[in-house]
Amino acid sequence: MSTATHVHEEHHHGPAPGLSRWLFTTNHKDIGTMYLLFSLLMFFVGGAMALIIRAELFQPGLQIVDPHFFNQMTTVHALVMVFGAVMPAFVGLANWQIPMMVGAPDMALPRMNNWSFWILPFAASLLIISLFAEGGGPAAGWTMYPPLVLQTGAAFPYLIFSVHLLGMSSIMGAINVIATILNMRAPGMNLMKMPLFVWTWLITAYLLIAVMPVLAGGVTMLLTDKYFGTSFFNAAGGGDPVMFQHIFWFFGHPEVYIMILPAFGVISQIIPTFSRKPLFGYSSMVYATGSIAFLSFIVWAHHMFTVGMPLAGELFFMYSTMLIAVPTGVKVFNWISTMWKGSMTFETPMLFAIAFVILFTICGFSGLMLAIAPADFQYHDTYFVVAHFHYVLVPGAVFSLMAAAYYWLPKWTGHMYDEKLGKIHFWLSVIGVNVLFFPQHFVGLAGMPRRIPDYALQFAEFNMISSLGAFLFGFSQLLFVYIIFKAIRGGQQATDQVWEGAEGLEWTLSSPPPYHSFETAPEVK
Amino acid sequence: MLVNFFVRLRSVITISALLLWSACASAAYELNMPVGVTDTSRSVYDLHMLIFWICVLIGLVVFGVMFYSMYHHRKSKGAVAAQFHESTTVEIIWTVVPMLILIGMAIPATQVLIAMEDTSEPDITVKVTGYQWKWGYEYLDEDIQFFSSLSTPREQIANAETKGEHYLLEVDNPLVLPVGKKIRILTTAADVLHAWWVPALGWKRDAIPGFINDSWTVIKEPGTYRGQCAELCGKDHGFMPVVIEAKSEEDYQQWLADMKGEAAQVAAAEAVDREWTQEELMSKGQEVHDGVCASCHQAGGTGVPGAFPPLVAGQVFNAPEPMLQPLREMGFLGPDNTIVMGPVEQHTQIVLKGIPGSAMQAYAEQLSDAEIAAVITYQRNSWGNDTGDVVQPSTIKSAR
Repeated sequence: MSTATHVHEEHHHGPAPGLSRWLFTTNHKDIGTMYLLFSLLMFFVGGAMALIIRAELFQPGLQIVDPHFFNQMTTVHALVMVFGAVMPAFVGLANWQIPMMVGAPDMALPRMNNWSFWILPFAASLLIISLFAEGGGPAAGWTMYPPLVLQTGAAFPYLIFSVHLLGMSSIMGAINVIATILNMRAPGMNLMKMPLFVWTWLITAYLLIAVMPVLAGGVTMLLTDKYFGTSFFNAAGGGDPVMFQHIFWFFGHPEVYIMILPAFGVISQIIPTFSRKPLFGYSSMVYATGSIAFLSFIVWAHHMFTVGMPLAGELFFMYSTMLIAVPTGVKVFNWISTMWKGSMTFETPMLFAIAFVILFTICGFSGLMLAIAPADFQYHDTYFVVAHFHYVLVPGAVFSLMAAAYYWLPKWTGHMYDEKLGKIHFWLSVIGVNVLFFPQHFVGLAGMPRRIPDYALQFAEFNMISSLGAFLFGFSQLLFVYIIFKAIRGGQQATDQVWEGAEGLEWTLSSPPPYHSFETAPEVK
Repeated sequence: MLVNFFVRLRSVITISALLLWSACASAAYELNMPVGVTDTSRSVYDLHMLIFWICVLIGLVVFGVMFYSMYHHRKSKGAVAAQFHESTTVEIIWTVVPMLILIGMAIPATQVLIAMEDTSEPDITVKVTGYQWKWGYEYLDEDIQFFSSLSTPREQIANAETKGEHYLLEVDNPLVLPVGKKIRILTTAADVLHAWWVPALGWKRDAIPGFINDSWTVIKEPGTYRGQCAELCGKDHGFMPVVIEAKSEEDYQQWLADMKGEAAQVAAAEAVDREWTQEELMSKGQEVHDGVCASCHQAGGTGVPGAFPPLVAGQVFNAPEPMLQPLREMGFLGPDNTIVMGPVEQHTQIVLKGIPGSAMQAYAEQLSDAEIAAVITYQRNSWGNDTGDVVQPSTIKSAR
């Protein structure tokens, strides 16, 4: 209450009125909100495309779309979800939470913060309108492998420039995160006292800065191959199409961890809160995150075991990939040890966090299977891989985002969300996601390649089940939107601490927190 | 509330188990990787199952502990939180134990991988070339080469007819291989990336334009083995299956002899120096058009707006300028982007050499003189095109 009057009395401390508040804002909370709402919108755009895919795959035969449009859907669905939904959502969380968690008033570079957000809608629009270009949208897969991607029509430059812009936005966001964490921590908060969410984001930000320029370089080479007569990826001109795959996956594998490390951070905040017990093995969690980040740079060619690498290469990438299981295992064991002998309650954020631990472990298992190069010769480019990475990204990254939304919504809005609806949303989601993706393991093992609009009859039953799961999961998310907006509009007033077991600086602020989080730095002991 | 959770969990598990059981009961469901018909595929399957069971075991332990904790360490059961948060000993244990398990997996995996890479001393070498959207097979020791494309009728794909047993997994000319011989398979591609995959052999290998990959197999049992292209290669990626017919050595030799005899017959029938009638050309031309050209230009020659030009004079083709320019230069595009029937010589050149930088490939190697002559005749005299041109195979021969 005192905060509200404060804002009215001293106008320059509060948000500007009207639209200009959002256009010109340099406030970490406003920008965080925009990031989160933007990513929610993109989640539905990409989700609609996924539903088109699953509707076509509901039965064998071509029913709804033609194969070319189907390929456009798989391509743009992936790009929208990766660059439009998951990554911006985590940047949104970083914006809201990092200043509050390290005891800072705002992000270190607020104007760049504004810019890095406002690039996004334009980049995403470029990508989406490319679907209406002559010759159709990009249809060569989100991996953009040449020579196929060079057959793209008028959509090609839209695709390339959109990736450039998205990369610029990510790099700026990452610089901001690093600058904030390294310079603006409250007195007494040394690195090994930072909340784990802050740690995982710090490491993620370094990954982003390391690999986004690699992607930008790769797609620029595609651009010059297409329009300026270069032959980087054209064997007839002395180039090599496989080189693009090496470049892409040198970006692509760290990219996977860019989308999952902050999720680890979120889960490491939530499980201790609802277990009412400190995180088990804090320092080993930090070292495990660092190890995973390091390993992410030396495993990329496991995405391309079938391109015909020398035996030594295949062995190296097989062993290095298997190693990832060790730090990842440490994380899972630590989460479970945190729960062990705790005093647990199961509010919606905890339910999502538990589902994350279980389902993420399942994708860890399928990941370990995929790491075995000789077996990967069977798994590669099948629905087994589709199931594997969707388990990483949906019950992994997306569930952690939902857990984070429920966990911090009361802090952000000042209102408790509707717990009953939250639980219904959780159960619909967790059932939907498993009905959707689990059968895909089976069809993949049985021999169904990915990215096909039509399939042989022996895959029919599991595809139908999978599509039903997709519609259940997809439409359940409307409930999520309803719950969020209901909490924004009103509800039971949240206390400052919100959750009984919550610890950390953000819970010492009022709910909702003041416009500038910490005007005087708190003391951390 | 948690009891509630467990009741619900139990019902979920029951339902999933029922689903799984009914799945196993029905032969139409395929749950697992095929064991296959080669030593390689068997060792890959064993490796797959070994790691699967290790994962199941780890999963049971990890989730078991987790569910135990979730049941017993609940606030509603009066659990009071302990405050321990560190133990170097257990951290070391759960780093070292997984390492040992991984080493246990890596040893057999390495052995299988080394065996898979040994392509030395083959009995037979077959070169496999991926095209948008068919496979080309070439027996390097024999003088045999042919193309293999999807034979499922378009009506089945469009749901106008009942789908056959091998829907989408059937071809006009299967790859015929002998059993019990070491076959070296070279993969490459003519246009974009493809991947050649038959699950029963136990591996897939990318087909890369400009590069040749080699793999090998020894098929143990005669039979028909089906697979598909596994690397996204454009519009009809889902419609270029691989079919292998594995025959006994005797039957294989017979097939080779038949192929050579048949090749001579076809050559005689397609004699280039013979004068063909227009009816002959038109009927063969339709066959070639529907089999080869229609996947892009459509059976009625209508094309696809923005991607594949129509073949019908008078239709409008709006597309990016780089796509229109070669058409205009060769005389196939009139004002307002209307398709016109350009000179027959240019038409021949396009079919023979393709249009570089577009999806139109060169058919000089893929089609015979008679086939090219027929399809050009057909296209120039169908769907309202009435040039009256009759192209003879001899003309194509001299145009090459």
